[in-house]
Parts: sequence; structure tokens; C-alpha cells
Amino acid sequence: MSGYLIRGVQLLGNDQVDLHLDNGVIAEISEPDKRLKVTGAKTVDGGGLIALPGLVDLHTHLREPGREDAETVESGTRAAALGGFTAVHAMANTDPVADTAGVVEQVWRLGKEAGFCDVFPIGAVTVGLGGERLAELGAMADSAARVRIFSDDGKCVSDPILMRRALEYVKSFGGLIAQHAQEPRLTEGAQMNEGEVSAVLGLRGWPAVAEEAIIARDVLLAEHVGSRLHICHVSTAGSVEILRWAKSRGIDVSAEVTPHHLLLTDEMARSYNPLYKVNPPLRTANDVQALRTALADGVIDAVATDHAPHPIEDKDCEWQAAAFGMLGLQNALSVIQQTMVDTGLLSWTQVGVRMSTAPAKIGQISGHGRPLSPGEPANLTLYDPSVKKVVAQSDMASKSSNTPYLGMTLPGQVQATFLRGYATVLNGSLTR
Amino acid sequence: MASTQGRMVLDEGDLSRALTRIAHEIVERNKGAKELVLLGIPTRGVQLANRLAGLISAIEGISVPVGTLDITLHRDDLRLRPARALTPTLMPLGGIDGRTVILVDDVLFSGRTIRAALDAIGEVGRPATVQLAVLIDRGHRELPIRADYVGKNLPTSMQEAVKVSLAEIDGIDLVTISEVQNA
Amino acid sequence: MHRHLLSAADLSLEDAILVLDTAEEMSRVSEAPVRKLPTLRGRTVVNLFFEDSTRTRISFEAAAKRLSADVINFSAKGSSVSKGESLKDTALTLEAMGADAVVIRHSASGAPHRLAHAGWLQGSVLNAGDGTHEHPTQALLDAFTMRRHLRGGKGDLSGVRVAIVGDVLHSRVARSNVLLLSTLGASVTLVAPPTLFPVGVDKWPCSISYDLDSVLAKTDVVMALRVQLERMSAAFFPSAREYSRRFGLDSERLAKLPEKAIVMHPGPMNRGLEISAGAADGLRSVIVEQVANGVSVRMAVLYLLLGGAPQADIEYRTLVEA
Repeated sequence: MSGYLIRGVQLLGNDQVDLHLDNGVIAEISEPDKRLKVTGAKTVDGGGLIALPGLVDLHTHLREPGREDAETVESGTRAAALGGFTAVHAMANTDPVADTAGVVEQVWRLGKEAGFCDVFPIGAVTVGLGGERLAELGAMADSAARVRIFSDDGKCVSDPILMRRALEYVKSFGGLIAQHAQEPRLTEGAQMNEGEVSAVLGLRGWPAVAEEAIIARDVLLAEHVGSRLHICHVSTAGSVEILRWAKSRGIDVSAEVTPHHLLLTDEMARSYNPLYKVNPPLRTANDVQALRTALADGVIDAVATDHAPHPIEDKDCEWQAAAFGMLGLQNALSVIQQTMVDTGLLSWTQVGVRMSTAPAKIGQISGHGRPLSPGEPANLTLYDPSVKKVVAQSDMASKSSNTPYLGMTLPGQVQATFLRGYATVLNGSLTR
Repeated sequence: MASTQGRMVLDEGDLSRALTRIAHEIVERNKGAKELVLLGIPTRGVQLANRLAGLISAIEGISVPVGTLDITLHRDDLRLRPARALTPTLMPLGGIDGRTVILVDDVLFSGRTIRAALDAIGEVGRPATVQLAVLIDRGHRELPIRADYVGKNLPTSMQEAVKVSLAEIDGIDLVTISEVQNA
Repeated sequence: MHRHLLSAADLSLEDAILVLDTAEEMSRVSEAPVRKLPTLRGRTVVNLFFEDSTRTRISFEAAAKRLSADVINFSAKGSSVSKGESLKDTALTLEAMGADAVVIRHSASGAPHRLAHAGWLQGSVLNAGDGTHEHPTQALLDAFTMRRHLRGGKGDLSGVRVAIVGDVLHSRVARSNVLLLSTLGASVTLVAPPTLFPVGVDKWPCSISYDLDSVLAKTDVVMALRVQLERMSAAFFPSAREYSRRFGLDSERLAKLPEKAIVMHPGPMNRGLEISAGAADGLRSVIVEQVANGVSVRMAVLYLLLGGAPQADIEYRTLVEA
């Protein structure tokens, strides 16, 4: 591990400092506007850049094992590094499902071998995501992967008894259930948000109440049994209200939102282009506004990408036949800049909290989301907010290309990412 | 395309006299007005056919059936421009089978309109004869078509445009010729 | 005109009247001794039907053949399980065969849009019914029928009052009719039980009612939509009997209509459910005419889409002449 001297970078968007990274930690930080004298380190020009703690994603689909045609742990973590992430949580809906110690350890090991960012596998709540029996949550927690978050994401743990048992069971090892809130009966065959647009387009609707009803039930369950609860990809104004109420009652619930739910609305479906088909669906402008406000005031604790790669044939077709999901890792910070920072809703310091500190705390992962001070692990991201880039296929590291942002101009670019002092990204490109 | 102010070629009186002469010629050639059907080609051929029918009726004392024949769908230049709106095709009672059809148009130029009209007639029925009456023949035939009855022969160049105005549509009876730049 | 016909919303008032007027002229062809025009000779029209519909397919086939186009029928059984490879690969095959127009019926809403905009085809795309989204030529033939009976076959439909009764939620015919009829100046009332209205219908250019009887006296056209019995098992209404009682068009309800009102149905009918035999076969019913009018209207649409220069050529020429 070579040392790095980052010159003249804005720490969390505030003071301009020099940073010295050495032996995997932040060795020294200069006084504001002062310079460090260091020999033998590689210099990185931090002029015009913002230093953020390495981003942590609570919700990513790496598709390996089983769908390596869409993404692998290696290609997905390459995209993550380019997006400024030093840690990602890999969802369990692989093939085979990550419902045993064996599969989660495999994913964890693949992440270590690739070496682009830390991979923390998420374990399934139920065997095979079938929603019938609990998976061996304890075994996964004790495995080398040390799983702490459990989720059937892709599907909802809809059986109230099973959800109650899961919430209770994980208390013994400090685990957390992350719920994908979608009442299955109200959303059978659903294609997009139920509203004015779906009525005109003739696409079956996914009503907001199907998300809100599950969240309402689960926060009450969590309160009743005294457990922590996490809600994945919150998408509606009504969900925000329920979370606000729950937190005011002291219920231990955390929530995440995706960048695309902060930017796009269901109007995009009018083109019938399946790149906009996602679960939960894109909602109305009113919902987008409520989500932004909630992320700003902390009712929503974190940003999580729900990076969902799909091969071309699963999107190059009619809407009904298309898979749900879009990529998210590589453009996340740009979308957050556009929707939250440039609009004055979040400062860069707060971006650091929402995209690094809070998710690290929710996932209970040490070493990430730490303060940027001497002695802390050197997990950080250098970001240039001043450029404007057209999102191009050729820049994308993911194996898949299902992002609606292709051809769009987004602000900002990650210039460098350091994983425990090792540069995974320098000058805007992967180092290997 | 700029055009200079037109030069008058036929005024109201000339036009009226030409039509009267054509009416007499039709009656003479066909030995009366029995079995005659006039088919006007939209737009202005229709008004001319109506006038001729009236003139022939006055001469022979019997009424002459008149119809309109839209030739749009039989044109040979359909693919060169956006699809055109159709005008009505209305056949008179008694149809055209076995009768003498006189096609009536305002200007005879390349002859393609008349070719299309002959095709259109073929799909409506089988007349005994088809004759052609035009107000103006401006030359420049591109097909072997000729008129049986001509109001006025008007030699023109390809850089000129002939405009027929009729009272029923344009408020005045007039034929003008004008220069057209960038023909 | 346009390059595609995907939705009734694609048509302005001028466009709609042009189609209806052209259809009037086309209908005369069907009465002539030689029912053929050379207009689309050399053009290839493909009927790409992913859903069975003999009636609509035959209508389009007749329309294309009367204009001398070559017709190829492609019945693809693309089930919901098989992926969009069916649609894309099929489109690429048709393009290689030189299809000038593709008439598509598909169970997925938006499939014609994908066909038109994904870059797989050069030709025109005509929506013959996509999922629960739209069926623009049905709306056009319905408007044509209404115009003939109520406006002498000319002009628009201002002042015409139309009631559409049935499963609005799942009906592409309802959606297209609401759009086209309001463009043509008619006023539309949709009638159905609350379960069969989509959320968001209050934003549509029409009124809604749950009570058929209150609407009939002020209606010039009653259009009954087909109701599928499968909807009962999904709890949209409790029984066929109850549906029929509350929303079925029967002789008693016919008697409430004004004298000159007409009865329509896009077919196929569930006699005894949404419409009684008496209403379907009675004097006010124009259901059989609707079918005949379908051919004239589809001839008009095919002519206007394909009868002139290809859209790309028009754009090129406009550039050159500028």
C-alpha cells in the first residue's frame, strides 16, 4: 500500500485541506488552507474536489451466483468503485438464493478477491424467498460473511406471522430485517404506479397503499416485539408520513430511498420504454417532493441504489414482458447532487451522512462511514461537482446497460475512490 | 416560387362563348344529347360540366345527367407527395354503362389526369364511348392523349402557369397565364 | 399525414375529419362493381396478430386488398411467458421482408409503441388493439357510424351525446372512443360499477356515472362494451345477473332512449349479459353496419398512412426545397 497525499481538497465540502493517507488509514490532515509536507507519497491534486467518506450502499444486486450474464461480483463492484462506493450490501435474490452460510460466504469471498470494494452479503429471510419458512439466519450471522441484514427483497415478507417471528429471532444476534414493502394481492400483475398515467396507458397499477399498508403493519410489529426494522426503497409520500409517525413514537425503524425515486416520475412510462420499469415503480411528482424533503430532514436515513442489472433481452421488448429494475451504482452521487445538493436540500456533509455514515450504522459495518479524521480507515471518495457529463455506454463498468440515464447530462464525477488507502479509482477511471 | 401578375387570356365573355361553342360541337358530333353523361373532374371540371349540361339542355330540350369523378386514387404520382385528400365521386342515376361519357376538365397539360380518369371510369362501368372536353389545352403532352373539344388552344412554356377562375368558386370567370420562377 | 397510428390521441380534429371523409369515399368502392383500387399496389401490409381476432384481421385484410396491397398474415402465439424476443425478432424478420406497414394486435399495452419507436422497423405501425390501452380504428369506425346516422355523414360530432357502458377499466375501445369523441366535439358519459373504473378516470375528457337509467334519456348513442365473465372471479362484480340487472342494455332501457338514438357494440357480444337480444337485433341497433364501416375506415387509414410519399422522403424533400 503506497501512501497518497491529496492536496487542497474540500473536506466534506467545507475547509480546504491536505490529506495524507498511509498504511490504510488517514495519517494526517492539515489545518484549513495549510499544506502538509510529506515525502514518498503519490500526490493527488484535490483542487476543486470534495472529500466524502467512502459511500456505503445498503441495497445492490450483484446477480452472482446465477445471473452472471447480467452482472458478477467483480463487474458490479467495479461499477460501485466508479460510483465512489467502498462498501456494498449484496441482496439475496441470487440463484441459488443466499439463504445458507455457504452461499453468503461465496459472495463475500468473491468480493474480497475482486478487491474493488467491501461486499457484505445480505441473507434471505425465508428459504428460497418462498415466504414459508425462516432461513437459517443464525448460521448466516455466524458465517465468515457475518451477515447482519436479512431481506427477501424482490419479494415481500407478507405473512404477518413470519414477519413477526423474523423480527423476534434476529434480536439474539443483533440482526436487522429489511422489508421490501409490497402487499402481493394488491399488486398482482402490476406494471407501474396506479394513477392518472396508468389509467391512460392501460398498464395495470401498483397502488401506493400496497407499500404503505405493509410499512404500517411492520412498524407496529417492530414496536410490539421490540425489534429494529428497516424499510427498503421507500417510494411514496404516504410511506414517508407513516415513518415520520413511527419515529416520533420512538419505534426503531430506518428507511432508504433510491436516487431514481428522487428524480423520475411515472410520466416517464408514457414512452412505454421499459428502462423506466422498476419495482417499486416511479411515482408522482408529489411523491418525489415528499421523498426529497424526508431525505433532507432525516425521516429517510439513507440513500441506497437498488442497482438492478438486466441483460438486453429483458428490456428490449414490450413493457409487460420486461424485467423490473435499473442500474444505480455508477450515477448515484450525480443524481443526489442534482436532486438534493444543487436544490439546496442537503449539504455535502449531510450527503456524507446519508450515503456513508447512516448506511454503515444501519448495516453495522465497522471501518466505513467513519469520520474523516486521523487514525480512521482511509475509505474515502474524491468528487468533482463542477463537471457535467453525458452518461455514455462506454463509461459504464456494469455488464448490463439498463439505465434510463444514457444520453442524459448529469452533474459531477467521482475522481478517486480509496479503499483502506488503496486507490480503486484515480483520475476518474479504475486503476485496474 | 414567385409569380408575376398574370396576363389575361380569356375574359368572362370569351369563356362563355367558348363553352357555348363546345356545347354545340358535342351535340353535333353525337347527333343529339341522348345517352350523354357528363363527368366533371374535380375541382373546376365539375362546374364546367354543370354549365355544359345546362347549355346542352337548352339546345336539345332534354336534361343531361352530370356526375363527378375523383381520380386521386388512380394517379401515377401518388408516391411523390403526402397522401392527398379525396374529393367525392358521384355517378348519376342510370350509371355510365353503354352510354357516351364526356369527361370535362379545365386544363389539359401532361395528360396524366385523363389517363387516371380513364382508369377510374373502368372501375365504375363500361361506357360505349369516352370523349374529352377541356376549356384550355396548353400543350406539353407526356402521354398519347388528345381532347375532342377544346375551348382554346394556348401554347405555353414550361415556365408558365395557367390559372382558370370560375365564378362558382373564385367569384369571377377568367383565365390567366403567368411566369413562374423556379418551375 | 402521420407515419403511425398508435393512439386516438394522435389525431387532431382535422386529421379525424380527413379520415372520416376519406372513409366515406372509400365506402363507395365497396358498392362499385369492381371493388378494387390500384392505390397501394406494390405495398406490403403485414397483419401481425399476437391475439386471436378473426374479425378484426379479416377487416384489415379486406381493406388492404381493396387497395391492391399485398397482405401477409402472421399469427404469432407470443404468450406472456415467452419474452420480447418474439416481438423484436418478429419485427426484424418483417423488416427484412420489406413490410411497408405492420398492423399489430397484441395483449401487451404499449407493444405498438415499442414496435414504432424501438428502431426495428422502417414502415408504418397501425395499432389494431394493444392490451387494455387503445384500439384507434375501432373508435374511428364508431365515430364514422355515429356521423352517418346523426350528422348526415359530414363534419364533426359536436353536440352528440354518447354513453359508453361496461368494463371501462379493461377496455381499449373505451379509451380510444373517449379520446376521439372528445376531439370531434361529442360529449361522453362513461357508465360502469365503481370497480370497473380506473383510478384517474376523473381526469379524462368525459363524465362518469354509476347509474345507467339516469343517463339514457339524454343520450344519442348508447355503446355497450363486452364484459368478461372472468372479472367475476376477481370480484369486480358479484354475479352476471346483478351486472345485467344494473348495467345491461335491455328492451326496457331501450324504451327510455330518445327516438333517434342508436345502439352500438364493438363485438363480440355476450347476448344476455351486457346487451339483450332485443337490443342487439332491434331497429336502433347499428351493430352490423359497424362491421361494414370498419373496412371503409381501415381503407382510409391505410391510404392516408401509405398512399403518399413515405414520411422519410417527405422530410428529405422539405429539407431540399427549403
